[in-house]
Amino acid sequence: MKLLYFAWLRARIGHAEEELPLPEEVRDVASLLKWLGRRGPRYADALRDLSVVRVAVNQEYVGRDYPVRDGDEVGLFPPVTGG
Amino acid sequence: MIRVQREDFDVGRELDRLAAGDHAIGGVASFVGLVRDMGGPGQVSALTLEHYPGMTEKKLAEIEAEANKRWPLSASLVIHRYGRLEPGDRIVLVATASPHREAALAACHFLIDWLKTDAPFWKAEETSQGERWVEARAEDDEATRRWRGD
Repeated sequence: MKLLYFAWLRARIGHAEEELPLPEEVRDVASLLKWLGRRGPRYADALRDLSVVRVAVNQEYVGRDYPVRDGDEVGLFPPVTGG
Repeated sequence: MIRVQREDFDVGRELDRLAAGDHAIGGVASFVGLVRDMGGPGQVSALTLEHYPGMTEKKLAEIEAEANKRWPLSASLVIHRYGRLEPGDRIVLVATASPHREAALAACHFLIDWLKTDAPFWKAEETSQGERWVEARAEDDEATRRWRGD
């Protein structure tokens, strides 16, 4: 699984991307966020308020119950502010 | 056509090119977004636009395809910049061409509204007090919802 972080999520976590084997307990987006939040203080800080965290799996916006599989590209970012 | 680029663009040249060679086009509508000093604590000296390479192009192409499905457009163009920009700099150009003005104007409005809530871009302001990430506005979500018919 490839994880990509953008905007203040990247700044708080401290890096833009990482490649991780899919943990056994991670089935969907919700369980991935929960697992990531326990990886250390930087992750815990970045993922403290999940209401401002959006997720894309393989470059499509998805909800919290969307399945996450090994080999997926998962992007984590705040609500977009382009234009 | 979709372009995501660091460089500036020439609005006049882009609009000319959009309509060139197609004499069925009766009008070209355009929107140009500029970097503005949003106020707040600490003056904004510049802005950095970050995006999600790959997904940005994909979402913009989907938005453009949706506009072409809804209105009879002869041509359309979205250029969105990324990187460091200063107040007054151009960020985005949306342009649409159609035989009639109604379709061109409506599609242009639709594209900029939809782009603001769907294209994965983020703005960080450089202020005298350090970096500040711009927060999403509820009004933008509202504007897109209107087009969705929610």
